Amino acid sequence: MNTAIIATLLLVLLGLAYQTGWSRSRRLAPAGETKLHSRPVYHGALAAIWTLVPALLIFALWALFGETASRAYLLAQLPPDVLALGSAELESTLRRIRQIESGFGVVGDALPWENQAAQALREFSTLTYAAVIAAAAGTGALALWLANRRISLRLRARNEVERVVSAAMITCSVVAILTTAGIVASLLFEALRFFSFVSPIDFFFGTVWNPGFSTTGQGAAGEYGLLPLLWGTLMVASIAILVALPIGLMTAIYLTQYASQRTRSTVKPVIEILAGIPTIVYGFFALVTVGPFLAGVGDTLGIDIRATSALTAGIVMGIMIIPFISSLSDDIIRQVPRAMRDGSLGLGATQSETIKRVILPAALPGIVGAFLLAVSRAIGETMIVVLAAGNSPFLRLNPGEPVSTVTVTIVNQLTGDTDFASPQSLVAFALGLTLFIMTLILNVAALYIVRRYREQYE
Amino acid sequence: MNENTQLEAREMHMPTEKIVARSDLYEMESSTVRTPDAEQRPVRVTARNVSVFYGPKQSLFDVSIDIPEKAVTAFIGPSGCGKSTFLRCFNRMNDTIEGCRVTGKISLDGGDIYDPALDVVELRARVGMVFQKPNPFPKSIYENVAYGPRIHGLARSKADMDAIVESSLQKASLWNEVKDRLHEPGTGLSGGQQQRLCIARAIAVSPEVILMDEPCSALDPIATARIEELIDELKQNYTIVIVTHSMQQAARVSQRTAFFHLGNLVEEGPTDLIFTSPGEKRTQDYITGRYG
Amino acid sequence: MTSNERLALVRAGLSARHRREKRFRFYGIAAIVLALGFVAMLFAMILSRGLPAFTQATFSLDVHFDPAIVKVDKKPVRSSEQSPAEYAKEISAWERKVTMVNWNKVIEAAVRNAAPETTANSREILSIVETNARFELRDMFVADPALLGKTVPVRMLASANADNWLKGNIDRSLPDAQQQLRDPARALADQLMAEGKIRNAFAWHIFTNVDSRSAPASAGLAGAFVGSLYMILVVIVLAVPIGVMSAVYLEEFAPKNRFTDLIEVNINNLAAVPSIVFGLLGAAVFINYFRLPLSAPLAGGLVLTLMTLPTVIIATRSALRAVPPSLRQAALGLGASKTQTVFHHVLPVTYPGILTATIIGVAQALGETAPLLLIGMNAFVAQVPATPLDQSSALPVQIFLWQGNENRNFFEARTSAAIIVLLGLMLTLNAIAIFLRSKLEKRA
Repeated sequence: MNTAIIATLLLVLLGLAYQTGWSRSRRLAPAGETKLHSRPVYHGALAAIWTLVPALLIFALWALFGETASRAYLLAQLPPDVLALGSAELESTLRRIRQIESGFGVVGDALPWENQAAQALREFSTLTYAAVIAAAAGTGALALWLANRRISLRLRARNEVERVVSAAMITCSVVAILTTAGIVASLLFEALRFFSFVSPIDFFFGTVWNPGFSTTGQGAAGEYGLLPLLWGTLMVASIAILVALPIGLMTAIYLTQYASQRTRSTVKPVIEILAGIPTIVYGFFALVTVGPFLAGVGDTLGIDIRATSALTAGIVMGIMIIPFISSLSDDIIRQVPRAMRDGSLGLGATQSETIKRVILPAALPGIVGAFLLAVSRAIGETMIVVLAAGNSPFLRLNPGEPVSTVTVTIVNQLTGDTDFASPQSLVAFALGLTLFIMTLILNVAALYIVRRYREQYE
Repeated sequence: MNENTQLEAREMHMPTEKIVARSDLYEMESSTVRTPDAEQRPVRVTARNVSVFYGPKQSLFDVSIDIPEKAVTAFIGPSGCGKSTFLRCFNRMNDTIEGCRVTGKISLDGGDIYDPALDVVELRARVGMVFQKPNPFPKSIYENVAYGPRIHGLARSKADMDAIVESSLQKASLWNEVKDRLHEPGTGLSGGQQQRLCIARAIAVSPEVILMDEPCSALDPIATARIEELIDELKQNYTIVIVTHSMQQAARVSQRTAFFHLGNLVEEGPTDLIFTSPGEKRTQDYITGRYG
Repeated sequence: MTSNERLALVRAGLSARHRREKRFRFYGIAAIVLALGFVAMLFAMILSRGLPAFTQATFSLDVHFDPAIVKVDKKPVRSSEQSPAEYAKEISAWERKVTMVNWNKVIEAAVRNAAPETTANSREILSIVETNARFELRDMFVADPALLGKTVPVRMLASANADNWLKGNIDRSLPDAQQQLRDPARALADQLMAEGKIRNAFAWHIFTNVDSRSAPASAGLAGAFVGSLYMILVVIVLAVPIGVMSAVYLEEFAPKNRFTDLIEVNINNLAAVPSIVFGLLGAAVFINYFRLPLSAPLAGGLVLTLMTLPTVIIATRSALRAVPPSLRQAALGLGASKTQTVFHHVLPVTYPGILTATIIGVAQALGETAPLLLIGMNAFVAQVPATPLDQSSALPVQIFLWQGNENRNFFEARTSAAIIVLLGLMLTLNAIAIFLRSKLEKRA
């Protein structure tokens, strides 16, 4: 209700608890004598923890149930004929009473029973508020008293505080696991709901994507074939890799093997700027610059290239992935021992022979790992394809034609005014599941390979 | 402080106490004592006034030396004395280090190897190198040995290459141990075998000179003994320069020894002479274990 | 084979090998030039399109609040016996009346006053003035009813079409039928520009206004900007403590076993999960299950927190790993407990690293679009969110919405301007990081 008062109360409790814990433990062991098991700071901290936790618990309970309680009380004050009203009218009545209670008033004259109820509610609110504050302060004080009594020379306050800290750290570590669990559970659960409308075989092997609209309420009327989307995804990702792999790899090779320290330290950060630019910016770049440019090139060559196409999206996505590949490869190439390079140069190999025949083969596992991570990145990329791929879910071979991808379709199916429980929306989760599994396999494989590679040269 | 220094100081109107510090410098200067060689061999490589700088720091000072053909020349000295740096000048491996500069003249069979017109690839085909730590490529044993001949285009056919690989491994006395597993990775061999593989790899290009940079420092005594034996055999056909921090090794394998200290070549001559009657006090101190 | 034959063989291959070497080197340089070229192109595109959008054609007119047009009663005053609710009702009735005034007539009169000889009719005149000008006049009047009958100088935005025409964003040679403005309106705009009554002024409203559909020229980023700030706030408040605690536990305390190995793989994998999957998680869990408000920065911030967490954890762990073990041994040797060692001695050394990681993570989160679309942040929101629970947009989402606007000529520049603001915000974050980092390192 009044956050400032609550915060003050908590702060006062905190300060008081810490101070008493600290000074009491100090008194037990006068300066010079070090018989205290833990330093006073820990006694203070322990007292603060013991005091704050119950007080916070009370406020949490109030925050959770306070609203329900006051509503129940208010309903009990109303005459039965009002209670019998429909829910919309009941809500507006409640709102009126709350307005009267807050002193804002209502337009027109308030009915006597309204005023009565508002008066009762006002009293109830003040009372509960006071009660909660008193309870929190009381429990806090009680807990403080108890905690204080425990303070003795031998109380292992530090160990207890450390145990609390430890528990907090473990809780934090579990968040990452919970996230994965949450992803898997929500994707699986919603995808299964989708598969109750559409058979998995139709989904995974269907060649037509035409989900229709859910607003008509006709259920699973559309066709949900994954293959056109998967095809579009693979086509865009392949073009991206075709652009990024040679440029990224050659950049890394040049910067690690040929460039002087000065060139390296200026060029590398500039290229890494590309990694920091949001994908929506790349999408816009594709839409207004690259797309029209490619269409123009197509025109002069007499080839039909559309401004929004697999090619446009793929090339721009490739540009986005360049720094990703170049910095990963850079790291990996630099881990190849110098002795290997010297051995080859010492035999009279030229630098490029050394790179092609010794360094790259030695770095190959790591580069494969980087490649897989890049593929995973390309498959999961969304905004560039949303803006620049043209959103046309058909099985087409020509990269100059618009396509649609898994990610684009997820966005399309979940934005817009569709009912969340319709197959048209739920299919997004089946698509998400497919995407998650594909990237999971790629990531785990890549991480495994890279880890093995690092161990090899450690 | 010798008379000359004092004289010089007087001429330059400098207080003599300051000269004391300079006399150290005089001692530092390269004062190669040449002991007469018992058996004269033709000279393969000559170095004259070679200095090496890493950035602004000079790490080798005006070194001159002759390397005789078909013999083992050992460079010894405490660590950081510049012996490896000097060795790497002979096949221009210092070129691969950023900020490294070499002055002076080194010639192989009379041709200047720092001549800008000279092709460093060709030079390295003629001057092979074996490194401190065995560094086989992550390829099969066969491919490791075939690497040099392959890049230089020395084998005309598969049979040719097989012959080169076999003879190189034989010369490196590794053939009997690996002939049944030529296609297994070279990194799977033991340390001593790996080093012999690296020697075989260098031999496969049939260089005229082989440089060895502390080839045994990463090996156990038994493997070391094998390599030393091998070096002894190889000197029939190759000119070998070996850097070692072990004087015993130099005494065992080399015919000539050069002693380096703080970037200077202090003394060089026939190995037995250097070890029995060194001409310089610093050499004496080093070989008797006073420092190093 | 004699050594001369062998040398001849080596020499024979040399020129071809050197050619290959040169070619390979050239590929390397070409790759770098291409990559740098892409950076240059990207920025050239954004700056050349975006910078002009920061100035906009703006009228400076003398507006007469003509009592013949502005026919309203006096503003009501609250009497003592009135309840606040009743007064609010009366005021809103009065304001409705003020709104009903034909402000367009006031504007038209002001324009005609500036260019008396124009042949444009009233529709044409109004077509070059931004449609929200009438609300601005109304708000001026509501704030100060004493303006009635007075003439005051007022700045008003020109409409998006007029701005296009005056900046040359639309081809001036296009035939009449394809022009957005009628001929008299175009002539009027040119004339006012020449007379200095329309000027290209700095478009402050990009920063102070919220998005608008009916009045595109006055659309601004304020709502999206604040929404993004709220999300950053949520990310920093949640991701940093959780991430650092988790990293400290995994790196310093956790036993090496199957379970911690699983956490490790799991975190590395999470860092590479596509952002849109996090969006799906947000839609299913935060929106659909926990019923958090749609389009709220809180929900967006939570999704971005989960995305940023792996980045913070991984970077903090590598910072912790870089702390020399001697530091730990020294502290442990003096009798400090493990926890004391880590929190008092090891962790402070890693602050610069953690800070950098946080900023990188936050900057990444700031630019993320796809997951926000899935939790409804692409809704049109014309307000600045007061709390993280209000409906809001976000900078990248605003860019997405603007690039899709039908008025291409105008919104291409506007989108680029929004991109500049977004990149500027990221740059500021990085600058703060560098500044703090250097301070922390000096102190250490």
